[in-house]
Amino acid sequence: MRLQLSPEMEAFRDEMRTFFTTQVPKEIRDQVAARRHVSREQYIEAQRALNAAGLAVPHWPVEWGGRDWTPLQRHIWREEMQLASVPEPLAFNTSMIGPVIAAFGNQEQKERFLAKTANLDIWWCQGFSEPDAGSDLASLRTTAVRDGDDWVVNGQKTWTTLGQHADWIFCLVRTDPTAEKKQRGISMLVFPMDTPGVTLRPIQLIDGGHEVNEVFFEDVRVPAENLVGEENRGWDYAKFLLGNERVGIARVGATKKLIAQAKEFAREITAGGRPLSEDPRTLARIAELENELLALELTALRVVANSADGKPHPASSVLKLRGSELQQAATELIVDIAGPLSLASFADGGSAVPDWARVATPEYLNYRKVSIYGGSNEVQRTIIAGTILGL
Amino acid sequence: MDFTYDSEQNDLREAVRGLLQRAYPDTERRRSVVGSDPGFDEKTWAQLAEMGVLGLPFAEEDGGMGAGPIEVGIVAEEMGRVLAPEPFVEAVVLAGGLVAAVGTAAQRTAVLGPLSEGGSVLAFAHAEPATRWSPSASAVTATQDGDGWRLTGVKEPVANGARADVLVVSAAVDGGTALFLVQGDAAGLTRTGYRTHDGGRAANVTLDGTPAELLGEGTADRSADVERVQALARIAHANESVGAMESALRITAEYLKTRKQFGVTLNRFQALTFRAADMYVSVELARSTALWASMVADAGGDVVAAGDRARLQTSRAGRHVGKEAIQLHGGIGVTAEYSVGHYTSRLTAIDHVLGDGDWAADRLAASVDSYPTVDPLGAPYTG
Ligand SMILES: Cc1cc2nc3c(=O)[nH]c(=O)nc-3n(C[C@H](O)[C@H](O)[C@H](O)COP(=O)(O)OP(=O)(O)OC[C@H]3O[C@@H](n4cnc5c(N)ncnc54)[C@H](O)[C@@H]3O)c2cc1C
Repeated sequence: MRLQLSPEMEAFRDEMRTFFTTQVPKEIRDQVAARRHVSREQYIEAQRALNAAGLAVPHWPVEWGGRDWTPLQRHIWREEMQLASVPEPLAFNTSMIGPVIAAFGNQEQKERFLAKTANLDIWWCQGFSEPDAGSDLASLRTTAVRDGDDWVVNGQKTWTTLGQHADWIFCLVRTDPTAEKKQRGISMLVFPMDTPGVTLRPIQLIDGGHEVNEVFFEDVRVPAENLVGEENRGWDYAKFLLGNERVGIARVGATKKLIAQAKEFAREITAGGRPLSEDPRTLARIAELENELLALELTALRVVANSADGKPHPASSVLKLRGSELQQAATELIVDIAGPLSLASFADGGSAVPDWARVATPEYLNYRKVSIYGGSNEVQRTIIAGTILGL
Repeated sequence: MDFTYDSEQNDLREAVRGLLQRAYPDTERRRSVVGSDPGFDEKTWAQLAEMGVLGLPFAEEDGGMGAGPIEVGIVAEEMGRVLAPEPFVEAVVLAGGLVAAVGTAAQRTAVLGPLSEGGSVLAFAHAEPATRWSPSASAVTATQDGDGWRLTGVKEPVANGARADVLVVSAAVDGGTALFLVQGDAAGLTRTGYRTHDGGRAANVTLDGTPAELLGEGTADRSADVERVQALARIAHANESVGAMESALRITAEYLKTRKQFGVTLNRFQALTFRAADMYVSVELARSTALWASMVADAGGDVVAAGDRARLQTSRAGRHVGKEAIQLHGGIGVTAEYSVGHYTSRLTAIDHVLGDGDWAADRLAASVDSYPTVDPLGAPYTG
């Protein structure tokens, strides 16, 4: 048991901190810090800056750009990136399809996709969820039927995040409707979003923004070579992918940053004749949140340290569950600090309300999503109760 | 940064666990021990001494083992796991810790040696009925009498105050707080012991011109020393709480798997299993904080701040887990024959000895606006 980072890890942390705060364009980091939407171009610019320095996909196999880092290094990398308000490498690329292709794709697919995926030359979106297949993902109904050298895809996906920016989609499709277990008849296909028969329809969210879409497939012809791995093994790849998704999902650095900002905002608001930053109730609330976040960060450190064999520690469900709750609590805190100013959400020019107060409520409303996706918090409780407590 | 125990630490855990499991194999055994004075088992106390546990944190030249806060945490967690009533935290970490921190070399040898060997039980007589959770004394005062001192006033509740062979007593002197050693058989000392709800013992300690020996040299204010050692005790209690919470959760999960209602075992009801899952979350987060606080103490970092953080986290978690453990059991959870309610009682006691969660939150709140973020691996925690 030892608290301090080793000198090597201290140096590593400094290196990361220096890179993120000097080598990623400041306008982009300011945009993230202001909690404003980051454009497609900005995402790409940031990820390419990281990739050029070998910092976009350190968790991939070394052969494909990975760094062979320890779990602790990855943790530090992610934390420092979030604290510096660097947009994280697109999860669909770097945490989802990239690792799946690296692990299960054929050599040709690896050569065709991995470098471009790391560099965000291809923007991927995730076609898993369907209107009737949410938490019960394996009940998905989109079909792919073999016809000569092609798969013909019909059906609908939904909640497709940033599908409007995407070049390619990775999709779970039903290839064997007769399989005894529904999980057994699913395959993974990848294809360009501009393939004939693909239609995208935006879904507006409660924050007024457009980040998710419905995607419709009508006789979409996908070449057989675009099947990832083996036919009818798609569920295994999905599970592998979702396991990766949970890594780093605690987002401790991002929440830390929000709390630090909340403290600053509290100094700007006067209530009862004194700044909110001197109000005992507000301070106690921040202290509680900060302490919860500390406990989460320490748990993340404890869990990464114990998952060196690659298998997720059973407690990693705690990270998703608590991580999402604390992100939500931090956004809620900022809305409450803004108070009546938080109503000016869509004010443009001509408003005296500071920008942070304007974005506060849309962000709070938007962040309700974090306990829904990535395996909802109810799903995480099911995992804890079942896998860990044996209930 | 490393959260793993070394082999000596693992050995210590195994040894202590084995000893305590033999001493407290079931609720019945514990109930019978806490049913009569002194509220713990003198034989188990002697065995702990033999194992070196009672001298764990003290320097070897003072008769101790020269171990640190990590080892103390291991022992405390194991005590919590079986609700061992032996006053390890109270006598060794707190009272003994003060002697180690403040006492002269002669006092350390005279007091810590016998404590480590199991021949002498120590208690810290500090709480006063009219003030709470203060590092200072006010109602008990000390006056100089020739070469010695005399103390007057009331201390209560004093954990193990009636059984203790030697009391470490805090008293107001010259506007500050000084610490004194008072022998159990001193003149003008009246001790009225009673049971506490968690099976422990506490006492009213009334001092009436009671002769006392000044601990350490000079009468400079010792509040900061008390604060520091109390913080170490808070951290030990945090570890004890984690052990207790883990047991309460394990017992609850087992119960859900066996108790049948409506023709099925209770674990078929998601309303219950989800609540058990939330208990697990609370336990794991509390564990991380308790371990970290032990490491801060070990690294020589800001133990007062770390102690407050551990106190806050384990207070919230202890209440959550303690209450849910009973509720998920139904009626049997509030019976004395069954184990789980005793865990809740102990967690509730720990929560009020050295400051509760709100108290710790207020202390942390006072400095929240003076730094941007908490870095658990940086200043002021790494020393
Ligand atoms: C903003 C956003 C972006 C998303 N992006 C993508 C994306 O890019 N690609 C993609 O494929 N999907 C995406 N998703 C979809 C996401 O994965 C699903 O929303 C999620 O799986 C939950 O499914 P559902 O919304 O259909 O809710 P449902 O599964 O219908 O659940 C409704 C409620 O019931 C609970 N529940 C469900 N089953 C159980 C159970 N067995 N026990 C207890 N409670 C249960 C849920 O937790 C939830 O509270 C996104 C979702 C959102 C909100």
